[in-house]
Amino acid sequence: MTAAPMFERFGDALDRLLPMHLWIGADAQVVRAGPTLTKMMGQGDLHGQAAFALFTIRHPGPVDSVEGLRAMSGQRLGLVLRHAPELPLRGAAVALPDGAGVMLDLSLGLSFARAVTAFGLTLSDFSPCDQTIELLYLHEANSATTALSQHLTARLQNARAEAQAQAMTDPLTGLANRRAMDGEITRALADYSDDFGLMQIDLDLFKRVNDSLGHAAGDAVLERVGDVLRQHLRLGDMAARVGGDEFIVLFRDCAAPDDLGRIAKRLISACEVPISYRGQMCTISASIGIASVRAYGQRPSLDQLLADADAALYAAKRAGRGRFAFHGSPPIEANIAVPVMHRRRADDRPPGGFRRRQNDRVPRPD
Amino acid sequence: MHGMVNRALQGFLTTTYGDAVWAEVRSQAGLPFDDFEAMLSYPDPMTSACFEAASHVLHKDHGTLLEDFGIWLVTDPHLEPVRRLLRFSGARFEDFLHALEDLDERGRLVLPALDLPRMTVSHAGDGRFVIDAAWSLPGVSAILTGCLRAMADDYGTLAFVSLGPIAGDGHERLEVQLFDATHSKGRCFELGQVCA
Repeated sequence: MTAAPMFERFGDALDRLLPMHLWIGADAQVVRAGPTLTKMMGQGDLHGQAAFALFTIRHPGPVDSVEGLRAMSGQRLGLVLRHAPELPLRGAAVALPDGAGVMLDLSLGLSFARAVTAFGLTLSDFSPCDQTIELLYLHEANSATTALSQHLTARLQNARAEAQAQAMTDPLTGLANRRAMDGEITRALADYSDDFGLMQIDLDLFKRVNDSLGHAAGDAVLERVGDVLRQHLRLGDMAARVGGDEFIVLFRDCAAPDDLGRIAKRLISACEVPISYRGQMCTISASIGIASVRAYGQRPSLDQLLADADAALYAAKRAGRGRFAFHGSPPIEANIAVPVMHRRRADDRPPGGFRRRQNDRVPRPD
Repeated sequence: MHGMVNRALQGFLTTTYGDAVWAEVRSQAGLPFDDFEAMLSYPDPMTSACFEAASHVLHKDHGTLLEDFGIWLVTDPHLEPVRRLLRFSGARFEDFLHALEDLDERGRLVLPALDLPRMTVSHAGDGRFVIDAAWSLPGVSAILTGCLRAMADDYGTLAFVSLGPIAGDGHERLEVQLFDATHSKGRCFELGQVCA
């Protein structure tokens, strides 16, 4: 028995086990084609057709003869069907004995997902041993779970952003943030039984520490200022970091200029104690603008109160470092012992309204 | 239990009965959050508590609720990806039944932490199948009953699915009797593309 009739007897087995096979006779015509390959070609029974007009072998190289294809026996082939050049397929050829030509078997390769759609393939078009179906399953399942993961990531990002927006705390110093402080001042303004004072604090020489010793040193200074402010708080008071080196402190039941002035003085002194950071001394000071609700005929708005404290801070800052100023009054230097603030303000106003610092209590690097 | 299962239960309750029912279930089950996340995992007792609470809130016995949940898993349009992934198991309903033994492996291929029921399927002849299932929560046979009824419809197969007795070892049994593999047209399943 020659090879050809024997293969004919097993044609049905070939179709089932290798549904994408192409048996090419010695005359380069199709002897038999698997049902799935026939479906992919889309032109009916392929028997008797010129085989090398159906596909193009790209790897390892072009071939258009039975002899050439037989010579590639056992190699991994990269090829495309002539009518679907955009879908790379994989193949293997085996030379048949006794002049029976060559057997070529194909698979979808990595273009499987596009290929099943393009060729309209179904589960039954694959041999049960072919894992292409499992690849398709995984491909689809991965797309679905990736979408879920991205959904989760997006939700977490949104939740995080929302949490940040709702946060009331400055993460570096542990003080309140601007949002929390605005709320607290608004509540205090609405409580007419509560006469309170507000200090707007801006650090002096902070930029120099940051620039010369780095952000980490700057952060250490800010944390230390946070500690200083916390130590001066009583129950009901609140301190907030509201900008890079800006702070606001609200003192409940404390609206008398004497008291506020004393506190401001102590705060400035405490801020001026040098901080050691990795062997380097960091020295800063602070300027403070003060507003007290007692200074108003009727309760000011939040914006008005903050603007007034800010204006006082600006005046203190303009007068030099380490000073505080009440809204509407000239700045006062913190380092001079003055038991009663308002008397000094009235009696001992420096020429031009400001006085330069005569001697620093703490050594300064510059 | 994997968030996929918990999220499915939440989806079942909200799409079938509305947000108010889910809110009540969530409250009775004592969930400390509003929504399950499909890609996270939760303690098993939390899942059990939700099933219990749902049964209570809806005045439905446990079995009926679980069976409805199983049907919903396969038929709800939101879960078309699940139906499609199930259809990859076989070209015919009979193939699908045999492939149920691979279901938990199939699940783990995609999500290694996913805990799907482990099943053994035996063909008793004359189109009768006996399926033994084990899962980390009781009631899996009721869920599967719903799933298999819906999948038989999906394939266009006429089949009778019934709950069997619960074995002492935690395995639950169900039986499937096939009558007509091509009873109806069934629903469309094309590889690589979602049917319109």
